[in-house]
Amino acid sequence: MNEINNSILTLILLLPLAGAALVLLAPDRAKLPNWIALLTALATLGLTLHLPAHFDKAQTGFQFVVNLQWIEKPAIFYHLGVDGLSLWLVVLVGLLAPIGVVASWNAIRERRKVFFALFLVQQTAMFGVFLSLDLMLYYGFWELSLVPMAILIAMYGRKDGPRAALKFFLFTFIPSAPLLVAILWLYARTGSFDFATLQLWVASGALPAGALGWVALTFLFAFAVKVPVFPLHGWLADTFCEAPVALAMVVAGKLGFYSMLRFHIGLFPTQARIVAPVLVGLAVIGILYGACLALVQRDFWRLMAFAALSHLSLITLGIYGLTLTGWEGAVYQILNHGVVDGALFMLLGVLYDRYRTSEINAYGGLAAKLPRTATFFVFASLAMIGLPMLGGFVGEFLILIGTFTGVSKGWAIAATLGVILGAAYMLWLMQRLFFGPESKLAASAPPDDLCVGQLAVLWPLAVLMLVMGIAPMLWLPAIQAGPHPLQSLSTLFHGEGQR
Amino acid sequence: MNPVPGIFRILPEVILTLTGVAVMLLDASLPPRWARRPLGWVAAFGSTFALWASLWQISLPMGTGFSGTVETSAFTVFFHVLICGLVLVALLLSLDTLPEDSHHQGEFYALIVFGAVGMCLLTGAVELLLVFIALEISSIATYVLVGYRKNTARGPEAAIKYFLLGSFATAFLLYGIALIFGATGTTGIYEIARLAPTAQNHSLILAGLGLMLVGILFKVSAAPFHVWTPDVYEGAPSPVVALISTAPKAAAFALLLRVIYEMLPTLRPVWSPLLWVVAVLSMTVGNLAALRQTNVKRMLAYSSIAHAGYLLAAFAGLGNDGIMAACFYIAAYAAMNVGVFAVVTLASGYNEKLPLIDDFRGLIYRSPLLGSLLIFFLASLVGIPFTGGFFGKLTTFSTALGGGAIWLVIIGLLNSGLAAAYYLRLALAAAQRPAGENAAVTAPTVGVAVGAALLLAVAATLVLGIVPGDVLRAAEAGAHTLQAPPAESGAP
Repeated sequence: MNEINNSILTLILLLPLAGAALVLLAPDRAKLPNWIALLTALATLGLTLHLPAHFDKAQTGFQFVVNLQWIEKPAIFYHLGVDGLSLWLVVLVGLLAPIGVVASWNAIRERRKVFFALFLVQQTAMFGVFLSLDLMLYYGFWELSLVPMAILIAMYGRKDGPRAALKFFLFTFIPSAPLLVAILWLYARTGSFDFATLQLWVASGALPAGALGWVALTFLFAFAVKVPVFPLHGWLADTFCEAPVALAMVVAGKLGFYSMLRFHIGLFPTQARIVAPVLVGLAVIGILYGACLALVQRDFWRLMAFAALSHLSLITLGIYGLTLTGWEGAVYQILNHGVVDGALFMLLGVLYDRYRTSEINAYGGLAAKLPRTATFFVFASLAMIGLPMLGGFVGEFLILIGTFTGVSKGWAIAATLGVILGAAYMLWLMQRLFFGPESKLAASAPPDDLCVGQLAVLWPLAVLMLVMGIAPMLWLPAIQAGPHPLQSLSTLFHGEGQR
Repeated sequence: MNPVPGIFRILPEVILTLTGVAVMLLDASLPPRWARRPLGWVAAFGSTFALWASLWQISLPMGTGFSGTVETSAFTVFFHVLICGLVLVALLLSLDTLPEDSHHQGEFYALIVFGAVGMCLLTGAVELLLVFIALEISSIATYVLVGYRKNTARGPEAAIKYFLLGSFATAFLLYGIALIFGATGTTGIYEIARLAPTAQNHSLILAGLGLMLVGILFKVSAAPFHVWTPDVYEGAPSPVVALISTAPKAAAFALLLRVIYEMLPTLRPVWSPLLWVVAVLSMTVGNLAALRQTNVKRMLAYSSIAHAGYLLAAFAGLGNDGIMAACFYIAAYAAMNVGVFAVVTLASGYNEKLPLIDDFRGLIYRSPLLGSLLIFFLASLVGIPFTGGFFGKLTTFSTALGGGAIWLVIIGLLNSGLAAAYYLRLALAAAQRPAGENAAVTAPTVGVAVGAALLLAVAATLVLGIVPGDVLRAAEAGAHTLQAPPAESGAP
């Protein structure tokens, strides 16, 4: 068992790559690339499930650690590890991989080898971001994650793929150039890229405070674009419109939030505290702005983009409220949002593949023809809105409670307003797509509902949403063990606040 | 210890010369109706052998031969291996892409090999007159190669431009050498290094250094001496561009390193700000101009100017670190650039019926292999991690930061963000679905020789990006020997 624990993270990183190589080598016939990708994704999911099974909740700090020297000069280490913060995020990425493959099963018809190979490389890049504890290694995976995404958006874009891909890439690549300068500056001052070492250096106060402020801001800026935080969301709507469903469901949120928690607040707590009020303000604006814009969209991909902006802003609020309850809620909501968004994107992808349009008004009255699709869509939408007993409720409740008690009642009330608006646009979307009189479009296509493979993915997701709503205690202990370093920081903040 | 025979000090050059002569004579004596393609294989074999000989030279004790004019050290071996490898890739690339009916194929291969002799010699020379001769050998061979497509209007035009401007640049270099000789009374680099700090006529040395820098910076196509680059790259056959955008530049950078770090290290306060300005100018001018190009080769020409700028940023680093970063960056740049030109050669065809970025649209749909490779090499040029390009930038900029040049690093990384825009334009065009006429274009075939060339370039780019340890160590050893005085003087 010990050998497995020592190499499990490396295996998680390498397995998708091996799958990608296999996809490239195998011939492109009879859905062979799809099957290889699916099996790889399932095997990887199995590997990621090893982590929560053997994760020691009593122990703080990083587990399953690998730390080998990669390059002597500059001193870069192959340093991986998992704590409560990253544990479930890794599993989430593992879970979304087979969903992505199934969602692309029939949607991707040309150049399947290229698609699935790049899709699997994307998995490795995302795992790498969550697992790396060496800043340069982390930066490597962070940048790597942009490439398959950009290529696939360009290749499979629905209308103008290359434009959306360029926008996506430049929006995220240009802020990461200063991020690299900041990382290199830290290295020039400390001689280390190691997360824990840098944490100590920053905390020791040996680095010039002014420059450190700039460094922290640079980090934050790169992450805020990736999340995205209002007003840096310019790339989001176009990317959602053009990206293949399998990639749209992972593009926003997770990587940016994790990076904020680990490398912004985790590394620069003092500096983060200074900018936190600004981010809280932006988050509340983002919640309301996103919700209002979602209400008026005519295209369901764009609606999903602004809905995502609204929901992601709520998570930002939880993170930068700097309360423990808020943090727990934020991490939980990242997980829940990943699951719910995965299901919704998959269902919308099914609709798009069948009817070739994302114009909401062209739809209507589909519930009678596609009862399964409609049922799952309603279920997932309710989970997204935050209906009690479903996953979304727990996260939203914790974030709002944290904000209400720990930050400001006014902000909490404004954010709650956004949650109400969220119910409005989702319910209205549901009504326009599935209910009402049957539209010409709906009448034109034969009634072929979800197939077995899609059901096999959606059922577990639906059950997961329910379990996440009923029994958050399955997840929260590990999450609470996770932000343990954050906990000490939190006492630090409040201690300073009282003084 | 027995002195190393001088011939061993120039073994790769000897092998390359013999290969070149053999190819030339065979070309002249074989019956005219016979295909000349096998001669390319002879040349490729010869350069492989020369590569092996360069590697073997690492076992020689560091020192000079031929009356202290040629040196072998870890530094020269590093560049010899690089140049021989690049020449090999260029030859393999030409083998499959030169048209069968070309009557001058034999000359073509011989000229490439002769050019390689000059470039190799340039990296080993420690005597300024030999430097000049080596530079001329390499330049004259490349002038002819650039004009190889005589039937097009652009070929001869490019050759004339390259020749005229190149001659000016070499004249500058020679004038600089003369001034330094005037000040110190010697042309030996080690002698100059010893005498220069105490020389009476300091301004003469400064003027000499300035003129030499003009000549060298022309050869590496750094701004403001870059104007020839786009025209020459556009007019020259693509396999030749793959060669001249990498190997002669590597040799010229080796010379630059030698001149400023070995010959006149004490003048750092003079050349350091100069190179700072040239670095910033090169990357900014190169990137801004590349953004506006529609022709792929012109765009890549401006991109190579920008990369010369990134490379010059390494010179802001201190001593060994700076040299090491520069050496590594040259290797990384050469690997990815030769790769991208190999793909461009195949995708546009020898006669370049498809030279524009729009013509590359749908490449990945027409030929998944070429399309993916193009995107891979462009990703490396952008500086995506796990490719040579990223590690090159990382070592260069972290070295420059270590030298305290924070603004240079910020400008450089902002530039690399800017550069992503035009690389991406080409990469995304290749990834897009083909439309209109493009859909009908048949995919180019990838032959054995070209396949081997691409494989070499991909392998080098990946190795430099994922396990760069060995190359970094080799570069460090090279940097170390560049600053150490020679241990042994060979028999005259």
